[in-house]
Amino acid sequence: MSIFVDNNTRLLVQGITGKEGQFHTQQCAAYGTNVVAGVTPGKGGQKMDDIPVFNTVLEAVAQTGANCSMIFVPPAFAADAIMEAADAGVDIIVAITEGIPVMDMIKVKNTMTGKTSRLIGPNCPGIITPGRCKIGIMPGPIHKPGGPVGVVSRSGTLTYEVVHQLTLQGIGQTTCLGIGGDPVNGTNFIDCLDAFEKDPETTGIVMVGEIGGTAEEEASEFIKQQVTKPVVGFIAGLTAPPGRRMGHAGAIISGSSGTAQAKIEAMKASGIHICENLGMFGELCSEVFL
Amino acid sequence: MKIHEYQAKELFKKYNIPIPDGGVAFNPDEAKKVAENLGQFPVVVKAQIHAGGRGKGGGVKLAGSIDEVSGIAEEIIGMNLITHQTGPQGKRVNKVLVEQGLNISTELYLSMIPDRATAKIVIMASQAGGMDIEEVAASTPEKIIKVFIDPLIGIQPFHCRQVAFGLNLSSSVMRPFVSMLASLYRLFIDYDCSLVEINPLVITAEDAVIALDAKMDFDDNALYRHKDIIEYRDTDEEDPLEVEASKFHLNYIKLDGNIGNMVNGAGLAMATMDIIKLAGAEPANFLDVGGGASAEMVENGFRIMLGDRNVKGILINIFGGILRCDVLAEGVVHAAEKTGINVPVVIRMEGTNVEQGRKILAESGLSLITASDMKDAAHKVAQLVAG
Repeated sequence: MSIFVDNNTRLLVQGITGKEGQFHTQQCAAYGTNVVAGVTPGKGGQKMDDIPVFNTVLEAVAQTGANCSMIFVPPAFAADAIMEAADAGVDIIVAITEGIPVMDMIKVKNTMTGKTSRLIGPNCPGIITPGRCKIGIMPGPIHKPGGPVGVVSRSGTLTYEVVHQLTLQGIGQTTCLGIGGDPVNGTNFIDCLDAFEKDPETTGIVMVGEIGGTAEEEASEFIKQQVTKPVVGFIAGLTAPPGRRMGHAGAIISGSSGTAQAKIEAMKASGIHICENLGMFGELCSEVFL
Repeated sequence: MKIHEYQAKELFKKYNIPIPDGGVAFNPDEAKKVAENLGQFPVVVKAQIHAGGRGKGGGVKLAGSIDEVSGIAEEIIGMNLITHQTGPQGKRVNKVLVEQGLNISTELYLSMIPDRATAKIVIMASQAGGMDIEEVAASTPEKIIKVFIDPLIGIQPFHCRQVAFGLNLSSSVMRPFVSMLASLYRLFIDYDCSLVEINPLVITAEDAVIALDAKMDFDDNALYRHKDIIEYRDTDEEDPLEVEASKFHLNYIKLDGNIGNMVNGAGLAMATMDIIKLAGAEPANFLDVGGGASAEMVENGFRIMLGDRNVKGILINIFGGILRCDVLAEGVVHAAEKTGINVPVVIRMEGTNVEQGRKILAESGLSLITASDMKDAAHKVAQLVAG
């Protein structure tokens, strides 16, 4: 009753001994995530709380059976960390790091073609299956376990906002994940929509997009063809001016491509319920999902 | 990060990509000297600003003599150049590039960008050079050649041939074109470019391939490994408030509206701007204080928003995750004590430590308008606008 992560997830944390890595590892463990290992090159043999630290991902996987990695490595070294995890055959790689150069991500993406690993992110809040496991930096308590709605988003705090509104309406979530705000990322909207469509416990889907690129348009086409479950959508950036990068490296209107208006029209044409006013998001979801 | 044409051409030169002879000038005397050194006429005087469409706006002119060079430079340096890319307020010109005139036979378009959908480098080329490529792409997309390059393999001779034959180049220019294209790709990769555009790339009557224009944009996230590019930053081309914000690692973009807003997270910040618009007002800025903002960053963000004279009210919208609401509240209180807040402020907070945050604000004695959720925040902004 979830996608990508559940009770069988055995988490390793790359960059576990850094300030952020340490803090969020503790938060994830406190939420109930099974954290089995950490990796920091040069600190193998140490422990963070009671979690063993290894020098390499390969070693960590061999010793602990980790099948998921959460990455807190600084941007200059993050691409290497992702490739290391993919090389070690880790199933799910969640890259939280913000600010990785695009060229590095292009290399990562081409390197991962044909590999079995799934990359979520980078520059994302992570993934949570409420009540079971949290792999990321999102605040746990705003979520409501048990489903029936799946949430996928390009953003961080905007995801918290919509999840919070769902929870206040009494609508629980199966899995919530952020796919990241960078132009080149791993898992895309379509991968998530497909997984939610196939997950029997998910009966409705929330999709949160923003300006830049054409991912929302492609997702809309996929929804029209292959998604039978109701979808509520929101797009941020109606007031964003062209040519200016709005915080996320991927959030930029270049030429005539990537405008919020074009995305909203494509989504409406695919039968997605569009929320025009974020203040009313929860109410709209109540109408559509309950 | 954008750089000027003359700076991009310095990089071209370093990579043996042919450019016209010339040099940059900050005043008419320098312009005359550059022209004298060129020793032939006509020469071209080109305004150097970070925006396209300079020719149509009157920022590019041909000079037939030394006196004309001086007169044109006098006219262009200091002018407020308005093009379709500068917005109606235009941009002040502080320098010109003076270059030799060429005997042009063909104008081509050539660019490279990272393609987000395929994760490849895409080369785009067209015989419709010198024109607005957006328009060519919209009306006659078949006139644009696209060649995708896997960065793990790099540019190969067949990629170059695909572009060259696609452009119908004559056999005599094939060799210099292919060598130029391979060099350009190397430059693109070496410097983490997000755009290299040559419009037009010209073929002269003498069959030389020369980059008449040069536009480059770099990935901000990769600047840490290109110290020489950071040197090229020209803060005169940026909004002063944005320059100030960048000193504090604040993600601030000035806009034309009158309701300032400060938010954590880019997506929520854009959504907050949208809700201001829905409330019948216009956002004065985009300001993302980020996930790990300190009280000091919040304080500086506040000061910068208030530095915009158009701001008639402020909406703060924080969903506390890593950024705790009590930290935000402290920053707001400090900012108010230091700078004094002379416009109404609506605050909406949710998430980590929200109760402590609300307590700090309530006990501060400041007259702040608190909103319980996004809907309420929009309603209260609408009331501000209604006066």
